[in-house]
Amino acid sequence: MSRPLLKVALVGHVDHGKSTLLGRLLLDTHSLPDGKMKEIKSISKDLGKEAELAYLTDQFREERENNMTIDTTQVFLKTQKAHYVIIDSPGHVEFIKNMLTGATQADAAILIVDVLEGLQEQTRRHAFLIDMLGIKKLIVVFNKMDLVKYEKAAFVEKKAALMKFFRDLNVQPLNVIPVSAKESVNISKKSPQTRWYRGPTLLEALEALAPVVNSSRACLRFPVQDVYEIQGQKILVGQVLSGQVSAGQRVMLLPSMQSAAIRSIEAFGKSPKKAAAGESIGLVLKGSVPVSRGEVIVENKCSLAPTTCFSGNVFWISDLPLKVGAPVTLRCATQELRGRVTGIRNRMNSSTLEVLEANACQLKVNETGAVSFVTEKPAIVEGSGPLNGLGRFVIEQDLRVQGAGIIS
Amino acid sequence: MDPISELENKTIYILREAHNRFKNTALLWSIGKDSTVMLWIARKAFFGQIPFPVIHIDTSYKFKEIYAFRDRYAREWGLDLLVSKNEAALRAGMSPQKEKFACCHALKTEALKSTIHERDLKALFLAIRRDEHGIRAKERYFSPRTLDFQWNYKDQPAELWNLYQSEIGKGEHSRVHPMLHWTELDIWRYVEREKIPIVDLYLAKNGRRYRSIGCASCCSPVDSRADTIRKIVKELETTRVAERSGRAQDKENAYTMQKLRSLGYM
Repeated sequence: MSRPLLKVALVGHVDHGKSTLLGRLLLDTHSLPDGKMKEIKSISKDLGKEAELAYLTDQFREERENNMTIDTTQVFLKTQKAHYVIIDSPGHVEFIKNMLTGATQADAAILIVDVLEGLQEQTRRHAFLIDMLGIKKLIVVFNKMDLVKYEKAAFVEKKAALMKFFRDLNVQPLNVIPVSAKESVNISKKSPQTRWYRGPTLLEALEALAPVVNSSRACLRFPVQDVYEIQGQKILVGQVLSGQVSAGQRVMLLPSMQSAAIRSIEAFGKSPKKAAAGESIGLVLKGSVPVSRGEVIVENKCSLAPTTCFSGNVFWISDLPLKVGAPVTLRCATQELRGRVTGIRNRMNSSTLEVLEANACQLKVNETGAVSFVTEKPAIVEGSGPLNGLGRFVIEQDLRVQGAGIIS
Repeated sequence: MDPISELENKTIYILREAHNRFKNTALLWSIGKDSTVMLWIARKAFFGQIPFPVIHIDTSYKFKEIYAFRDRYAREWGLDLLVSKNEAALRAGMSPQKEKFACCHALKTEALKSTIHERDLKALFLAIRRDEHGIRAKERYFSPRTLDFQWNYKDQPAELWNLYQSEIGKGEHSRVHPMLHWTELDIWRYVEREKIPIVDLYLAKNGRRYRSIGCASCCSPVDSRADTIRKIVKELETTRVAERSGRAQDKENAYTMQKLRSLGYM
């Protein structure tokens, strides 16, 4: 029987042990093929190094030689109770875009903190981003407990500093666990070394996370991805973002606000009566209604209104700053929106959370702020949070994604 | 929605997205299980009429069963099949008996390169999966390749949510990976559920079967009694043998795959 999959991002500062922890999880859950550890030992030996669990996922030669993760990796992990995809992230500030690439696919996160070093620049920034992305299921592990001889005092002190930072962010972790990835303490089994700790192991905490369920009670949102002409029939294809759609239903097209009716729902070789969130399907409308990519099909009495002015909380990843007045291309679901930046408020350091300027003329790399836009054509966006496809967008400049935003 | 349908719906979304954004695309069909499943899903995504060519990179050293399967289903499914061969290298005697890296590069990568240039393809669908190989686990769904085919793996574009990077420079193309999130076990469960025809080299004969197929000379079978799809699923639920353990290119050196891929290998 195939089980639901939970996607978990592993985040935290450089060298706090993300890849090592992932290697440990793979080893302790017997998720590795035969001979893999032997291969890792021989590679480590060739590099003149101790056997490194991190090499299980740090696959690029450059990553192994420099003991540093460059790009995000996804690996599959099985326990008795559940299946996971663990998304490793690089901890260096230069690779934030790769960390975001991984984290935007996650339902939950593990934040790892070196118990000696405590909160560092990327610990804070990654925690900020996890919160910005709407990931509420957060497990914190304090790693390298072996280096403080498993003393409770060190853990308590660093945990207090973390909880203070979390209060500023308004984040509530599910668990805070003292571990040693290297010595496999509190990963898959408890250890007499930390008798003072009464909470779950990391695997127990992971197994307690429930998979995410799509609600079919939400309102219908169907962004048109493309229009196909097949055997004289015009089929609007796309993936249902939320809610459900049924044959015969009255709907409205945005931004044109034309009303229409669904003649049929089309899949290859069948015509289902209805389709729910997550399904990639085709819709055929009654009559001849002009429709193109980027339009959004919603329920007939939907109050969602098209707009050419909106703002969002933006995280900027490019070395070239985002400037007020600059032309941008925004992508939101299947919409491509050309426009301009009209203002930047509350420019903030995404690690210290310090507000640098109330009204700014630019947003620099790894900074965050409330950015307002004006678009040439009306946009269909909603401030319903990052988990909704119409509540989030990317900003492209020079043909590349340079920033991420959540509609406010 | 059940987990396998979730994978399928995401794959359909990616296939349609790349087709819309790049226009001039093609699908790479090795006739192996993964690309056959991708082809099956592409038939669903485009309602039975795949609007782009299906390319078979033919090294001429493939198993005979592969050629028979290809010709049969290309006909049955009405595919626009394009067979691509590096004739010059073959005439010059390139074969797996020579160095394997050079052979893979010449007969696969170089053949692919010339087809991309001839057809001016902007995107290519490949059925690689993250769980196959550590290097493939680092891939994006939409992954740009430079004019000279290089994969700039040290500076991959951000790929946030399902908003894929589809802007490419002149002469560049994108590798699109609609099956990236599938595992080997998912593939077989889906083959079973959908009753997808598959080359019978995957089924055990005399106690051995192939888990991964390619050129006859560079693949070796694994011990197995799985002579039905059901039994393959059962076997994979408990096995600890790596999928590509029978593939020569993975064995030569820890970084052979990285080197092959950075030069444009699939």
